[in-house]
Amino acid sequence: MPASPDELLRMYRTMVLIRLAEERLVQLFAAGKMPGFIHSYIGEEATAVGVCGALRPDDYITSTHRGHGHIIAKGGDLGLFFAELYGKATGYCRGKGGSMHVTDMDLGILGANGIVGAGIPIAAGAALACRMQGLDRVAVSFLGDGATDIGVFHEALNMASLWEVPAVFVCENNGYADFMSRATHQKIERVSDRAASYAMPGVTVDGNDVEAVRDAATEAVARARSGGGPTLLECVTYRWRGHYEGDPQPYRTSDEVEEWKRRDPLGVAEGRLRAAGALDDAGSESIREEAATAIERAVAEAEAAPMPSPEDALQDVYVELDEVGWS
Amino acid sequence: MTKLSYARAVSLALGEAMEADGRVFVLGEDVAHGGAYGATVGLLDRFGPARVRDTPISEAAIVGYSVGASLAGMRPVAEIMHMDFIACAMDQVVNQAAKVRYMSGGKASAPLVIRAGTGGWLSAAAQHSQSLEAWFAHIPGIKVVSSGTPADARAVLRAAIDDDNPVLVIESLSLYEGQDEVPDEAPAYRLGSADLKRRGDDVTIVTWGAMVPRVLEAAETLGAEGVGADVIDLLTLRPWDVDAVLESVARTNRAVVVHQAYRHAGFGAEVAATIAERAFDHLDAPVARVGSLDVPVPFSPPMEEYVLPTAGRVVDAVRAMA
Repeated sequence: MPASPDELLRMYRTMVLIRLAEERLVQLFAAGKMPGFIHSYIGEEATAVGVCGALRPDDYITSTHRGHGHIIAKGGDLGLFFAELYGKATGYCRGKGGSMHVTDMDLGILGANGIVGAGIPIAAGAALACRMQGLDRVAVSFLGDGATDIGVFHEALNMASLWEVPAVFVCENNGYADFMSRATHQKIERVSDRAASYAMPGVTVDGNDVEAVRDAATEAVARARSGGGPTLLECVTYRWRGHYEGDPQPYRTSDEVEEWKRRDPLGVAEGRLRAAGALDDAGSESIREEAATAIERAVAEAEAAPMPSPEDALQDVYVELDEVGWS
Repeated sequence: MTKLSYARAVSLALGEAMEADGRVFVLGEDVAHGGAYGATVGLLDRFGPARVRDTPISEAAIVGYSVGASLAGMRPVAEIMHMDFIACAMDQVVNQAAKVRYMSGGKASAPLVIRAGTGGWLSAAAQHSQSLEAWFAHIPGIKVVSSGTPADARAVLRAAIDDDNPVLVIESLSLYEGQDEVPDEAPAYRLGSADLKRRGDDVTIVTWGAMVPRVLEAAETLGAEGVGADVIDLLTLRPWDVDAVLESVARTNRAVVVHQAYRHAGFGAEVAATIAERAFDHLDAPVARVGSLDVPVPFSPPMEEYVLPTAGRVVDAVRAMA
């Protein structure tokens, strides 16, 4: 079922917001404003937005090291997000997590994760909890193609199928596991083929087509919510940038990257909106301006925010145990 | 008071906790069938399959699901049949359960419990006999508890389930069948407090887990020789009761740390170093350590008996300090 022009426009707006936020992050990182390292989501926007478009605010997600898009698509606050990436006391995690660990319990974001595949059983466990609590919430685990090679993926999917937990495992097949192309890290043609081992539906969609992603996710989420069990949903997309910012990428050609850029998920959505008469040059420009304004406000707030004091490092280790660092 | 085996004391505590709090559920390999060593006997009949969940042989998923379920408001109690198998779940224990609160800036918490059947004297060889508590006592964000009697097994498990943090519960498999008095009333135990199991003024013996009865046996022998021993059962290894140990050492001026785990880089090294740092002036002798010899745990009984620490070795260590 095609999205209504309003819904497509809403999803397009979020995709633009992710794209511009990521482009700004890349700039800020290159300018030395951010500690650590970042993994850019550029090129994969349709997957996060299409999947989160099928979710309710009270549904859960777990995210990955390449998780900025998931956080924004699930409704994450840009100010808290940028402040966290700057390592500020006002950030999502008070500066203790950074890019790879953004968590927002109010939005059901159970955490991005620095360990590949680790969020898979965590999402499935949250889904189990929903069922045990008699709630009709679902949990989505975002994971990459590389994560389907790690043992816990298989353990978690086997148990999810056995227990029919209301989970959707969304594999963002972006063509690369770190530096390794798919052909060099797994022999199967489709990641979704792995679902057969667990007697669950395995679906592959064009991950650059936000409507296709939203449709497939809606079906999987409805199945999970109504007690029909989990789904492995593979969204085929492409990582425009390196594994991390600064990655020299000797493992692929610029022709390959350019080829995928011609299938820009934002371009696909924008083309459809224009064809439907729901977007023109002025509308497109105003969406970008609106996103840029929100981003600049968040960046300015983050830059002005205080750094944590060093001793803040001693807090938040345990619940109700203030005396840490005792040894 | 009722006489109960250690395993029955564990199932008593689980049943009490599940009765008191509908969020508590157990999961693990064979738990619905009572568990490989009988610690979950009777729970399936009382609480049904939704709350007593048999899992595939998938340690990483057992702990990972527990992390997720605890984040979403449940109180999972996962069983790891032998502590050695927790190696298969290390990421979920160390990088997930122990870190989620900190990395989220205190916004999330994971109140899960992992019960691990621990230790040797089972003739089960090197992959079913280890005491790996030092791995976890090393990690901030998780608590670690132990017990050496049925009454303590029940008390620490209840406290672990009530705690809002991830807690690893070390259960002593070699003591599972042994019976002892358990109070009728559910006891209150405060995580982090040690228990003085025997009082004496000549030496402080710090121990935990399966070594508790063996150390008490050693203290009996020493008592007959006129050497009085304070026997401190730490019960909680993280956060451990430093004050109880230091107060005792200030009185006895001698200390021995005894654990079943490999002596080399065991948690006893942390206890010994803390005593040396903070009670140096009270010491009349170097702090001694008794633990497993520095080899994997062997299968054949005479070798296993030789490698694991004994009451005799504790007695020898104390005599050597005189």
